[in-house]
Amino acid sequence: MLYFSKLRIISVIVFTIIFSYFAFSNFVKFDDKFFSKNINLGLDLQGGSYLLLEIDNRPVITQKLQAKIIELKRYFKEKQITLKNFSLKGDTILFETTDNEIENVKNILNDKESDVNTYYPTYKSHEFDVLEDGNLFSLNYSRYGLVLLKNSSLDQAIEIVRRRVDEVGTNEPNILKRGNDRILVELPGLDDPNRIKSLLGKTANLTFQFISQNNEESFGTEKLSFEDGSRDAIVSKRIILSGDNLVDAKPTMNSQTNETVVSFSLDRVGAKKFGKATSTGVGKQLAIVLDGKIISAPSVREPIIGGSGQISGDFTFQSATDLALLLRSGALPAPLNIIEERTVGPDLGQDSIDAGILSLFIGFLLVILFMIYKYRAFGLIANLALVSNLFLLIGILTLFEATLTLPGIAGIILTVGMAVDANVLIFERIKEETKNEKNPIIAFDAGYTKSRTTILDANITTLIAAFILFFMGSGPVKGFSVTLGVGILTTLFSVYFIARLLTSLYVVKNKDKEQLL
Amino acid sequence: MSNISFNKFYRKFNILSLILIVISLVFLIFKGLNYGVDFKGGTLIELRTTDKTNNISLIRDSFNQMNLGDVSVKKFGNETDFIVKFEKQNSNDPDFIKNIQNKLFNSIGDVDFRRVENVGPKVSSELLKSGIIAISLSLAAMLLYIWIRFEWQFSLGAILAIFHDVIITLGIFSIFSLEINLSIVAAVLTIVGYSMNDTVVIFDRVRENLRKYSDIKIFDLTNISINETLSRTIITSVTTLLALFSIYLFGGEILKGFSLAMILGVIFGTYSSIYIANPILVALNVSSRTIVKEEKD
Repeated sequence: MLYFSKLRIISVIVFTIIFSYFAFSNFVKFDDKFFSKNINLGLDLQGGSYLLLEIDNRPVITQKLQAKIIELKRYFKEKQITLKNFSLKGDTILFETTDNEIENVKNILNDKESDVNTYYPTYKSHEFDVLEDGNLFSLNYSRYGLVLLKNSSLDQAIEIVRRRVDEVGTNEPNILKRGNDRILVELPGLDDPNRIKSLLGKTANLTFQFISQNNEESFGTEKLSFEDGSRDAIVSKRIILSGDNLVDAKPTMNSQTNETVVSFSLDRVGAKKFGKATSTGVGKQLAIVLDGKIISAPSVREPIIGGSGQISGDFTFQSATDLALLLRSGALPAPLNIIEERTVGPDLGQDSIDAGILSLFIGFLLVILFMIYKYRAFGLIANLALVSNLFLLIGILTLFEATLTLPGIAGIILTVGMAVDANVLIFERIKEETKNEKNPIIAFDAGYTKSRTTILDANITTLIAAFILFFMGSGPVKGFSVTLGVGILTTLFSVYFIARLLTSLYVVKNKDKEQLL
Repeated sequence: MSNISFNKFYRKFNILSLILIVISLVFLIFKGLNYGVDFKGGTLIELRTTDKTNNISLIRDSFNQMNLGDVSVKKFGNETDFIVKFEKQNSNDPDFIKNIQNKLFNSIGDVDFRRVENVGPKVSSELLKSGIIAISLSLAAMLLYIWIRFEWQFSLGAILAIFHDVIITLGIFSIFSLEINLSIVAAVLTIVGYSMNDTVVIFDRVRENLRKYSDIKIFDLTNISINETLSRTIITSVTTLLALFSIYLFGGEILKGFSLAMILGVIFGTYSSIYIANPILVALNVSSRTIVKEEKD
């Protein structure tokens, strides 16, 4: 156990130096990217915001079901099959057919090549589950149909969220999917998340609809209130133009009224639609509706054919900027709710770093002094192992660009406290062995051999706890499990390679002394 | 090597442990745990006031006027730092926090929100569930590991020792209404690992001694083993506690609960590996035959 080959000695030294180097690279700046790695600081240390958003898919589902009804009607009409009494009850589409068409309709809906009820071979499932009771059919989203729908609406939403966050211009935001209806947004270094929160909280569904003069519109009407809550208006359900047709939007100053407005430009299709609608609607009031609220309803004085226009409202420059941003980034497929928020201010983060480093330093010092007091020369060896352990740990965390959190720092300190355990086990064992064995080299060898299983057992149990924390924990706690787990590995390395190497050198050199340990 | 008759006190300390466990369970069942916003849902705000005359009751009054449900205000470290917790969390209103800050500005002047945690009911119940799963899973994993490595009598002793530590630590949190949050779950898991570690070291020695001295009764054999490993037990506990006390005293307010739970866990973990795990080996009448039989299989 005490014999080390040259090659082994060299590789241990090289290994230790490499990782210690990465540990130091946190504090020194290099030009080269590979050599200058930094440990990532968690949001709790550098300050920032963690937002968990949940998408509310109910409106999307209802919308899709309504569209499906129209599609079914059209499809079966072409096939000259009569379907009647369409209705939407909860999330179920209901319709009836004539008795002699039942089989026919059933076959069409359950066909693997079906045009109206898509079959997904990977899931072995149709988009809709079809149930029939006599001539009454009911269609429900199948489990996989719903998963696919949720995934596609989440994909859209995440894209829009990304655009909005990018527009605000925070540094290195982290936007991730969580499950099939959640989005995690991490915004490091963001001091005030209020603006982003209110930007993400808006669906930003923009439509242009005429205010109806008589209640006999062919498309039906709806009652909407103005944004400021001052009054209501009856608006035609016919959507002249929606936010989809916008190509650009920016806040500007209207030179005539001296008001802040949002000016927008439309794509070709949008410009055509807008021109047509405004030429027929001169004199009418055009309501600009955002998320079900009327921002303003200017009167159309002349046809607008240039494909650009202005939205006036009671804007400040900030609110006009935000509206323009929302319009540029597009509408969310469904509303998002913030179901979890954690924000840490930058100065608290710095305080936590300071406190963490202070307690690491003090803890480290106390352990080192205690070990020297207890074991003298061997304490020194254990301490050397401990120092290199710390460098290795920080070096590995840096190399893999792991995220260091406040509990993670606690994990490092705890590693310092527990890391000496292995050396203590060995030293205590050696002490026992020396009682019966006069040859120190044999005694030391036995000490290492006999304590090995115990050390492995003891560390594996802690490793199990760290693994479970890693897979079950989130955020800061995950950071703790990483340092704890990596700490065990570096501890074993530093004990079995570094400390053992030093011990063997020391023992071989001083083998004639009376009492070594 | 020390020669302390630990085994003379097995019974007395077992009774003490039993009493502590019963007290802990009574508190856990009837008083329950003081869950933080992570597990209960709601909002936590760590704030710093610029006006030094602000005190707890003034801050509580201003929050009470905002209809936020049950409000609790506590000092947090510095004179000017406070932790405010209340039931309400509003996920549909992105301006929720901003409005609170504005209202506070009108009543108690400029305040800095150093930390805001806002957890919805769905998330908090999920976090609680995953916390419970994590702890149960780690207990199960430990049980499995020790069952593979040792005979069942040893596994039972080790697991009971862990339950002892976790129950009493949580019991103390319940008695003193200390807050249970995500980091406490991490602490409990680490306690489980530590307590196991401590027990395994003694058990390894017991097993070794069972082979060596087949004529010594388990009652005395456990005592020999405890004494042989005692100096390691003490040194490791001391270094771990040195590190933990350093976190507790200098690591800032946020880590206080976490390090306290760990300190309690290390103390009880060390105690239980001597006074719970070993008496169980005695009670189960483990002998050299127990391990010989196992090795023949």
